Amino acid sequence: MKYLSAKAAGLVACHVCGRLSREVRTVEKARCPRCGAVLHQRKVDSLTRTWALLIAAAILYIPANVLPMMQTRSLLGNSSDTIMSGVIYFWTSGEYDLAIVVFTASILVPMLKLIALSLLCVTAQRGTRWKPHQRTRLYHMVEFIGRWSMLDVFVVALMVALVNIQSLAVIQAGPGIVAFGSVVVLTMLASMQFDPRLIWDQIRDDDTEQDDHD
Amino acid sequence: MTNLMACPNCDTLHRRTVLPPRETARCVRCHSVLYRSPDLRLSRVLALTLTCLIVFAIANAFPIVEIEVQGIYTETTLVGAAWALYREGMWLVALLVFATTVLFPLSQLLALIHLITPLALGRRPYAVFHVMRAIEFCRPWGMIEVFMLGVLVSLVKLSAMASVLPGIALWAFGALTMLLATVLSYDLRNLWIVIDRTPDPAVQALQAAKRNAAANGLTDEPPAAPPGASTHGPGTASR
Repeated sequence: MKYLSAKAAGLVACHVCGRLSREVRTVEKARCPRCGAVLHQRKVDSLTRTWALLIAAAILYIPANVLPMMQTRSLLGNSSDTIMSGVIYFWTSGEYDLAIVVFTASILVPMLKLIALSLLCVTAQRGTRWKPHQRTRLYHMVEFIGRWSMLDVFVVALMVALVNIQSLAVIQAGPGIVAFGSVVVLTMLASMQFDPRLIWDQIRDDDTEQDDHD
Repeated sequence: MTNLMACPNCDTLHRRTVLPPRETARCVRCHSVLYRSPDLRLSRVLALTLTCLIVFAIANAFPIVEIEVQGIYTETTLVGAAWALYREGMWLVALLVFATTVLFPLSQLLALIHLITPLALGRRPYAVFHVMRAIEFCRPWGMIEVFMLGVLVSLVKLSAMASVLPGIALWAFGALTMLLATVLSYDLRNLWIVIDRTPDPAVQALQAAKRNAAANGLTDEPPAAPPGASTHGPGTASR
């Protein structure tokens, strides 16, 4: 065997300090002798939890895109902005780079995250041996870009605080922002619950060799 | 067993070796980063963290932007932005903004100072394991750099309807983004090396007791004790 996993060797790595301990099966929870954290061979109920959070996020993704994020009341009348209308506003006013930034952060990234995490969950659940390197990289990308979706929440917060000139214009936060903020938090929690080691648990050494060659 | 480690991404066992400075060890199997060569110049990390804290205070105390529409000025600070959301009944979102831009980054910085100051002086910090865990917990939720991008987007949005004057805090936020990136790129797991080396009074007492027991003919307990056994710390013997 070329690669020996800690699990196969009967060892558990502490998720806080990384220290390896021998796996023992006891009724009470085993704890890390160095830092006292509860030891788990793999994240507990990883796939079930990821799925639950993921489905919740997918449901909220709809109101996040349909409901207004921001409502403007001014002398010129009332208007409400969804995420997409904000992007269109930037695009039509010639701010192409900003339109792309907002579109990427608020629409593309959450959607790609939902798709990528579902893909990772399905493949981990079925125990596929398909492209483990690429799937690990995908997981790292999901973890890295997740936070950037908060962009629109911050923009709305700043606009609401700044544009509050009673006689001229008032900007209020719309109900869409609650849904959108929840989507970001839920997808971040979902990616934290996923255990990337599940990708590798099914891989035999000869598979890895093959994967290295292509 | 202490120089063995498992890859956090694919669980492959590796033997930890001493790396030359500024090098990264990667997993042979899944190629993800295992650890970086430890930067143990703790006073440097401490100085950076303190600078971060000062810039953080400036960024929060002064207005980020000021806008002017027909002679009427409004300005906001970061907390002011969260407060505006709260006043509108969006307390959940207000809490989210406050937590990701103030609460988590601040607690992370304070926790780092709490850890590194005693360690730099060769002492073991109080509640070291809880604080390490708290930092790991805060890490993904601090979003200063995302907020910075949000400020820039709103600046452009607002410039269509009002004249926008950037405030002092805007520059502080810019500096903070870069400083935080430097501080947070520090691999915290390296601190375990220092923590293991730093004697813990409780562990020292335990080891003295063990040495006595060994002297009385009983065997010394190896560092790789089964989990759940009543050893409380790594002890200096585990290195």
